[in-house]
Amino acid sequence: MMPWKDVCSSDDLQPDSGVCALVAGQQVAVFYRVKEQAVYAIHNYDPIGKANVLSRGMIGDVKGEPVVASPLYKQHFSLKTGVCIEDEQISVPVYPVRLHNGRVEIQVALSNNGEMKTSIHEEASV
Amino acid sequence: MSTKKSLVVIGNGMVGQHFLASLVASQCKDSYHITTFCEEPRAAYDRVHLSSFFSGKTAADLALADEDFFANNDITLHLGDKAANIDRNNKTVTSAKGLTIAYDTLVLATGSYPFVPPVPGHDRPNCLVYRTIEDLEAMASAAKTSKVGVVVGGGLLGLEAAKALTDLGLETHVVEFAPRLMAVQLDEGGGAMLRRKVEALGLQVHTGKNTTLITDGEQCVNKMCFADGEELETDIVLFSAGIRPRDDIARSCGLDVGPRGGIVIDNQCKTSDPAIYAIGECALWNGMIYGLVAPGYSMARTVVADLAGEEGSFTGADMSTKLKLMGVDVASIGDAHAKSQGALVYTYQNGASEVYKRLVVSQDKKQLLGAVLVGEVSGYGTLLQYCLNGIELPENPDSLILPPRGDESVGLGPDALPMSAQICSCYDVSKGAICQAIEAGAITLGALKAQTKAATGCGGCGALLKSVMDCELTKHGIAVSTDLCEHFPYTRQDLYNLVVVEQIKTFNDLLETHGKGSGCDICKPAIGSILASYWNEYVLAKEHLGLQDTNDTFLANMQKDGTYSVVPRITGGEISPDMLIALGQVGKKYQLYTKITGGQRVDLFGARVDQLPHIWKELIDAGFESGHAYGKSLRTVKSCVGSSWCRYGVDDSVGLAIELENRYKGLRSPHKLKFAVSGCTRECAEAQSKDVGVIATENGWNLYVCGNGGMKPRHADLFATGLDKETLIKYIDRFLIFYVRTAARLQRTSVWMENMEGGLDYLKSVVIDDKLGLCGQLEQQMTYVIDTYQCEWKTTIEDENKLKRFRHFINSDQPDDNVVFVEERGQIRPADEEERKHFKIMEVA
Repeated sequence: MMPWKDVCSSDDLQPDSGVCALVAGQQVAVFYRVKEQAVYAIHNYDPIGKANVLSRGMIGDVKGEPVVASPLYKQHFSLKTGVCIEDEQISVPVYPVRLHNGRVEIQVALSNNGEMKTSIHEEASV
Repeated sequence: MSTKKSLVVIGNGMVGQHFLASLVASQCKDSYHITTFCEEPRAAYDRVHLSSFFSGKTAADLALADEDFFANNDITLHLGDKAANIDRNNKTVTSAKGLTIAYDTLVLATGSYPFVPPVPGHDRPNCLVYRTIEDLEAMASAAKTSKVGVVVGGGLLGLEAAKALTDLGLETHVVEFAPRLMAVQLDEGGGAMLRRKVEALGLQVHTGKNTTLITDGEQCVNKMCFADGEELETDIVLFSAGIRPRDDIARSCGLDVGPRGGIVIDNQCKTSDPAIYAIGECALWNGMIYGLVAPGYSMARTVVADLAGEEGSFTGADMSTKLKLMGVDVASIGDAHAKSQGALVYTYQNGASEVYKRLVVSQDKKQLLGAVLVGEVSGYGTLLQYCLNGIELPENPDSLILPPRGDESVGLGPDALPMSAQICSCYDVSKGAICQAIEAGAITLGALKAQTKAATGCGGCGALLKSVMDCELTKHGIAVSTDLCEHFPYTRQDLYNLVVVEQIKTFNDLLETHGKGSGCDICKPAIGSILASYWNEYVLAKEHLGLQDTNDTFLANMQKDGTYSVVPRITGGEISPDMLIALGQVGKKYQLYTKITGGQRVDLFGARVDQLPHIWKELIDAGFESGHAYGKSLRTVKSCVGSSWCRYGVDDSVGLAIELENRYKGLRSPHKLKFAVSGCTRECAEAQSKDVGVIATENGWNLYVCGNGGMKPRHADLFATGLDKETLIKYIDRFLIFYVRTAARLQRTSVWMENMEGGLDYLKSVVIDDKLGLCGQLEQQMTYVIDTYQCEWKTTIEDENKLKRFRHFINSDQPDDNVVFVEERGQIRPADEEERKHFKIMEVA
């Protein structure tokens, strides 16, 4: 199993909003939903708007699926799977993330050729 | 030499204009030089809605074509010049002003004139007709010194004219020769019901009256004497006793005309001279003159098809009508008088709610032949479709006019209509064409109207169009709902009221009590805006932060590469050299791209999120405050320099602009708000294109509301004139809060007002006359918002905790390496994808 990487204090998270963390050279958007006490981590790069902005998007749910809306052109990406709701061909990587002893921890792996591995279906949990 | 042929159109009325519009949209547009004569001083306008002239519409509002329609399409328009003579041998038209134009093809669209019965005294003072805008102006001018008005003629137009007289404030009578109102369209029962209803509205109806003389009155200007010996005193006599085709020009050049007038045409709308067509109310087809606009339009399209060498013929038209007369709904379909062989009649009469309905069906009860509806016409669309498409009637046809009992549904769903069914008769739009437009993405009524033109003529098919749209959308799985989103089954207005009534202060409280799920990017900003409008708390407070739209969360405007632009407030566009220098220094220090905005301020682009607090610290130290360019809130109050400097200035527009901007800055609203103040009627500040526009006049300030630029520009409406500053500000206070309270999400003031029942008049009655008794509350709310104003940037840079968010990474001070600028015209701009690749290679190397 991949090691958990310490990212920041859980106090650094923004309630019902997102922040961006630099983890193993990757930009990771971390979202915190207060009511569900849940954290989610996806890549920060918006493949449609082509900019590192997803952490600044608004979060919510579409038919129960937790999502972030891109701040550029408003497409929704599932926080669980990274799949774009408007175009299922497009998705962003998601990462396992947890709150542990008051810290935020994320698993990001580097593969042999230096590219990211993503664990699309592993649900982030607290 | 041009190879184009010459096409001349005589008459630029509704039908003439429809012909031109259809022609330039067709493939034979480039085959002709087009010339048109219009004897009126203005190009074609909407005569169908003429009476709206008295409820606030202007001649410009009624115009059918854009100002540049003629120029853009290379059509030579001779305004105020009447075609006087046709020389068929030499194929020329000569105008009253002496112009002679050669034609290859000639189209007569001369229309009709109002019939004035040859009663002695018909040409006395204040004896008027109702056809043109000049006629309306004459009515308005006569009405100023009049108390009583009589309309001669109780038909469709006569009742429209009666509404106009009532709107002018006159005691109004209708005198009709026939034994009932609307004798052509209604049967006896329908006519009687209509009479009861319009009489209840204050109209006095006299039927079966034959006017024999108009002479001097004793109390009024005129006195009408009737064959039965009765008399009626009136100041104005308005003739609306039918129309007659204007065929004099055709007559004098020897074209065939009917025994009772009208230029004879065949199925291609050709006259007895194959180079000459006639269309509209001047044309006689199969012994019939069509006095409605839809058949005229249909003739116009027939001629265009013929010119283009396409199949197409005019084979008569359906004369069914639905309209609102004096506020009473009336409709007539097909054979309303049951004259068809063996026709059977069903009648439903409800004296209590004053509804009358009559169905005329075939002997075998399978086909609908005609119908009359008075007082309740919601079934019109369905019945018309039964009639026009020969759809077989249900087993008990009377179920179509009986009120529904229990759950049974009596309407013919739009689903049952064939694709060929004509929905809009004015523009000949079929159900198929509408479905196609929906398929192509027109999924709102507005988009559908723009795309297909359906329901933009007489508007009678509006309800049917909506039901076709709703039905199609439902089939496509698109819910038709006024709910804000899946989390709140309420409109924005409902939610605003809930916040006020239950004094709810946070999104989560509202979600818990009235919503479900966890919200989304529709309801969160909408409710964030409501809470900010009502409570005016700091938008980045912990409980509100997650509700703010992208730009509000960082109090700046995100650009395509994820950087931000910064716009400090420059009230009224007034700025000292020192402040300009300070702005320039900040721009230079942070290497920002700078540009002057349309709202008379300066936009600084290319700021990284971590630079924003530093930039704002310097701006605030220099005396600037937030410009709210990121919010759905007041943006700018643009001004011209006004009386302080300008030779023509009437009042201090800059001073007022600054005062207004300082008063309303920070007010969160359903959409952005822009104001302007002009110092004189030259209007250099372009106030009439703003949500709130103010123009100085010798008599005080004139207030305009609900204009905007943008995707769909709209001229503002004149709301009040000659105001002192105190009254002006009071009206704007009330107007703004009423808008904030009642508009839909992201609805601009223009659309808000256009969708408001009663429109501008209603808005005036609420804001000026306090019809709803709300004005005290509205002003109080505005005072609260003004008293609780804060510069959000000042609050933010003073709070360590808030500043934590203004970093690209929560755990690193590195900037975003994807943000790359290149230089252009001496300033930065974001690198495009190619340039960025190049840059990254350079970096690696």
